[in-house]
Amino acid sequence: MLAMIEANLPALQVVLPLIAAPLCAMLGTGRRAWAFATLVSFVAFAIAISLFIATMGGTIISYEMGGWAPPIGIEYRVDTLNAFVLVIVSGMAALVLPYARRIVDYEIPAERQVLFYTAFLLCLTGLLGVTITGDAFNVFVFLEISSLSTYALIASGAWRNKRALTASYNYLIMGTIGATFFVIGIGMLYMITGTLNMADLGEKIAAHGDSRTLRTGFVFILIGIGLKLAMFPLHLWLPNAYTFAPSAVTAFVAATATKVAVYVLLRFMFTIFGFDYAFQAATLENVVLPLAIVAMFAASLVAIFQDDLKRMLAYSSIAQIGYILLGLAFLTHTGLTASIVHLFNHAVTKGALFMVAGCFIYATGSSSITSLRGIGRDMPWTTAAFVISGFSLIGLPLTVGFISKWYLVQAAIELGWWPVALLIMGSSLLAIVYIWRVVEQAYLQPAPEGAVRREAPLSMLVPTWILVGLSVWFGVSATMTVGAASRAATSLISSSQIMWQ
Amino acid sequence: MTDTTALLLALGLPAAATFLIAALGSRPNLRDGVSVTTSVATFAVVLYLLNGFLDGARPSVTLFEVLPGLVLNFAIEPLGMLFATVASGLWIVTAVYSIGYMRGAGEKKQTRFYICFAIAISAALGIAFSGNLFTLFIFYEVLTISTYPLVAHKETPEARRGARIYLGILMTTSILFLLVAVIWTWNIAGTMDFRAGGILEGRIDPVYVPLLLALFAFGIGKAALMPFHRWLPAAMVAPTPVSALLHAVAVVKAGVFTMLKVGTYIFGVGFLSRTGASEWLVWLAAASILIASIIALTKDDLKERLAYSTVSQLSYITLGMALANQMGVVGGAMHIVMHAMGKITLFMCAGAIYVAAHKTKVSELDGLGRKMPFTFIAFTLASLSIIGLPPFGGAWSKWYLMLSAAEAKHLVVIGVLMVSSLLNVAYLLPVAARAFFVPPRGGMAHSLGAAAAPQGGLAEAPAFCVIPICVTAIGCIILFFSVGGLYEFLLHIPILPESTQ
Repeated sequence: MLAMIEANLPALQVVLPLIAAPLCAMLGTGRRAWAFATLVSFVAFAIAISLFIATMGGTIISYEMGGWAPPIGIEYRVDTLNAFVLVIVSGMAALVLPYARRIVDYEIPAERQVLFYTAFLLCLTGLLGVTITGDAFNVFVFLEISSLSTYALIASGAWRNKRALTASYNYLIMGTIGATFFVIGIGMLYMITGTLNMADLGEKIAAHGDSRTLRTGFVFILIGIGLKLAMFPLHLWLPNAYTFAPSAVTAFVAATATKVAVYVLLRFMFTIFGFDYAFQAATLENVVLPLAIVAMFAASLVAIFQDDLKRMLAYSSIAQIGYILLGLAFLTHTGLTASIVHLFNHAVTKGALFMVAGCFIYATGSSSITSLRGIGRDMPWTTAAFVISGFSLIGLPLTVGFISKWYLVQAAIELGWWPVALLIMGSSLLAIVYIWRVVEQAYLQPAPEGAVRREAPLSMLVPTWILVGLSVWFGVSATMTVGAASRAATSLISSSQIMWQ
Repeated sequence: MTDTTALLLALGLPAAATFLIAALGSRPNLRDGVSVTTSVATFAVVLYLLNGFLDGARPSVTLFEVLPGLVLNFAIEPLGMLFATVASGLWIVTAVYSIGYMRGAGEKKQTRFYICFAIAISAALGIAFSGNLFTLFIFYEVLTISTYPLVAHKETPEARRGARIYLGILMTTSILFLLVAVIWTWNIAGTMDFRAGGILEGRIDPVYVPLLLALFAFGIGKAALMPFHRWLPAAMVAPTPVSALLHAVAVVKAGVFTMLKVGTYIFGVGFLSRTGASEWLVWLAAASILIASIIALTKDDLKERLAYSTVSQLSYITLGMALANQMGVVGGAMHIVMHAMGKITLFMCAGAIYVAAHKTKVSELDGLGRKMPFTFIAFTLASLSIIGLPPFGGAWSKWYLMLSAAEAKHLVVIGVLMVSSLLNVAYLLPVAARAFFVPPRGGMAHSLGAAAAPQGGLAEAPAFCVIPICVTAIGCIILFFSVGGLYEFLLHIPILPESTQ
């Protein structure tokens, strides 16, 4: 029995939340749906951890869906990289769901909560599926599952603010365009190679060599994924979506959805277009790298002028995605390590910050920064969590943010790209400005008269502080995360034939 | 007690005291008692370390490893021992003084004040004892952040603005320049340990040495080298004990201490003088000395005048490093002690004047010397020490710096030092002269706080304020006569690489 479960772990990782979702819809009350979804997320997290441990030594688990051998059948393929991403996604779900109960009670009417948790499970299914599958078309299918459920989740913020509906609609349009671009790109690859299995695609494309169809396919896929991961200037859907979504959804989606999209980009870049593809290298250096740097600055600058805390953090996310893209555009081992480790580091940091924003909304009923005046005294734990995660966002030492910056700058220096190294640091200074605006309001302004604000409940504080703790723990002892990221980078590189500097 | 335990104890005592101080927030007498007791205990531990150090003990302790090779390590060497002794010794004086000042001036939120103060001292000791550049950088940032609430203490718009400039400049320089310099050093040297004779020689193209030095010199914003000095006058909105201990001793001295440490243990004095890489820094420091003194002349606000005086005096120490010979390092290190003793006295006097007479401007001090003779006599003595006249400590450090300039064949620098002394006379002595010799203007009309005191009688600040002032003023004289031991001690600073010693 146990051996059978173990052998089927890759399938269970996706199938479990997928089956749990309709079951959850039948549970009747929000409380029961919540308990069930939380349980499922714990089990999914346990599965992800065991997959992570199994692949730690460099083994690649290949699982044939329904016993059909690849490349004909669908293959689930787990290596260090996607096991790492699976841990991030399921781990965030396992933290956000316990957090969600109180804030969902507050933000969403009781009769809708069952469907909310169902959509949440579907979203989790989609994200896990995108990550684990080894089949290019399967990626598209799961990407759509996660996106469609995310549209629903964002729209459920409408009970608090009607603008969630337009935000969700915008995201729907943009996301669908992205998905369409993506699937057209895959179609072109299929046209050339006649296969959809990623590993097989990689080999056949390498044998095929460069062609106009391949280039077009590459560009379609890059833009499609670029939309999903909010690559500047394709980020326009993100600020509103994050701002008006229910707080628990923002915390989950911000920490996972864009990370999964980055993972897909990495997979396509190195496994599928993994041969010495000059067009890809040129695109990365001449298009992605400048855009990443622009994102780091433009989005941070915009963040400075936001009054809404969640919107500010959303713009900060766009800037942080800039860091991730910058790291992979370096096309070096160190740069790639920086990108992958930042996937985790940013997930932890931003997850914590959005959870804090949720706590503030729960206590004050508003996410406006000016409403946070003097809140440091009323909600000491929540505000302290904000400050520490803020330090991490800035990249101060002993937080995970520092580790990411350390590797990013290191990568720039290795290449001798001095201006880029200074630009990376320069953009962290903007983070100081927007984080400090909040700190000043919270600690140095008198509380508005008559404001009654109580500390957030424990069920919200504990998950927040777990994330804060992680962002300090892995900032103090980063050997494990950096080791995993470095191994993942190595496996990506060794699976490709790109000439490495 | 072993030396390593003592080392950790010295760092941990102030940090641990913060919890006690926080717990005793509602019982001010007990809380302030804890603060004074901790300062005495910390000083005792540092003296114990000093004693062991003089016997040849060189304790070193590694706490944890953040990344492979990147460790948090503490070690003791002569410069750090000196800085730690100065900072912890003067903390006792300031702890006593703070009681008188904070109560006398009726400041709010005193518990927060004492907590941040203790953390700041802990961070200063962390800087003093750090065994590598990484550890130093961590505590450098802790010091910046822990002093921010102290600068913003009054929570008025001016205080917030001042604190913003303070944090902005210190963070900007440390992240944009210092961190890049640290990562660069790590990249080329493969280590960040402070080693006798430096770690860079033979590993870096000499062409880049001035550039790296510039990143360090400007990155160490706490050394207030022009043009990054604005934070220091801005920090004067803080309560006076903060200005006295932190902005005359702990924070600014942490800056120049780092400067000396980088010069001797990262670059190596010999390497600097052979490559001539620090030539430009000599001129910049000299310019900084003169320009800051001239600005000080124009300031009517007493604390601001003292702040510019500090900017000027700090550049003496930077100059000592940039001259790149042993006398320069000795003179610079000695100036850390001499200037600390003198400037803390001046600041405490300024605070005493504010508490007793509510005056902050030089032009308002007319005739006040008769009411506050102790304060103003101490002010005069400390001024003479800063000017550098015998029999006060300040004479010696200038003497050694001049020797160093002569050795480096920078005769102009000797001239600069002499002109600077004249400028010191011009902006410091009038303060005391006005107080003693100009008759009070307009009778009672101008005095607010002193209104209750009988005309002509004594109206000194509380004893808690006056006694520390007298202690440090006398300290300036004692330092003159006990300089022999200090000089002997400073000769222990290793200048040459270990292999050639």
